[in-house]
Amino acid sequence: MNEALHYHFDVDGANFSNAGRASVETKKLLRQLGVPPEIIRRISVAMYEGEINMVIHAHGGDADVYITEDTVLITLKDVGPGIRDVEEAMKEGFSTAPENIRALGFGAGMGLPNMKRYSDEMHIDTKVGVGTSIELWYHLK
Amino acid sequence: MKISEVAEILEAVVLTGGQMLDEEVHSACGSDMMSDVLAFVKDQGVLLTGLINVQVIRTLLMMDMNCVVFVRGKVPPEGIVEFAEESGVAVLQTKLPMFEACGRLYSRGLGRGDMKTEGNAHE
Repeated sequence: MNEALHYHFDVDGANFSNAGRASVETKKLLRQLGVPPEIIRRISVAMYEGEINMVIHAHGGDADVYITEDTVLITLKDVGPGIRDVEEAMKEGFSTAPENIRALGFGAGMGLPNMKRYSDEMHIDTKVGVGTSIELWYHLK
Repeated sequence: MKISEVAEILEAVVLTGGQMLDEEVHSACGSDMMSDVLAFVKDQGVLLTGLINVQVIRTLLMMDMNCVVFVRGKVPPEGIVEFAEESGVAVLQTKLPMFEACGRLYSRGLGRGDMKTEGNAHE
């Protein structure tokens, strides 16, 4: 990834209304770079769910976007509580989000499943009490 | 169906996006859960929702949807309509409840579009 374009975003965990800003910005960047619209939508939806997750569960974190000619990589890193049971968390409908988050339209247990659905490859590296790091890969060619 | 027809059928007020009334919408979805909206791929769709926070507008942007209808006469808090305006999203507001609003649009021919769950490359 030596020649990758790299963009960094701080995901602010203090304010739910800021969640999604990095994804909106990334979508604009990808449009400017001429990435096909269908792929842009998949990237931005997955990143958006990831960003929301970081705000709900982990007080924010770091989002990085790496773009080369043939791949897009999104990394989402937080120092939150970690995911106790990844297999369980990957099931649609499984959620540990608090009730107030449901009132905001999230916490339906679709976050991780949507991220998997909208990526070519997803890697989760998580440790309870340490944090979670997720890679979302897209092949452009 | 044009956004202007959606507004007419729902007896809706156009809060922003008056210049978009001639734009076409091909499908619609009614939900208060944004993750459920994000689970489906649609083109140029309308979202009907009782949720009135900024994440509704961001969800539309992620999904390339161009029109939101706030049902049950809900008034969005300050800043939402402005954000939608900057983002090129039309915002309508109807006094109808969700069920009736969806029913009216469906019976007038606005379908679910080519609604499909995005497949995963590894499945």
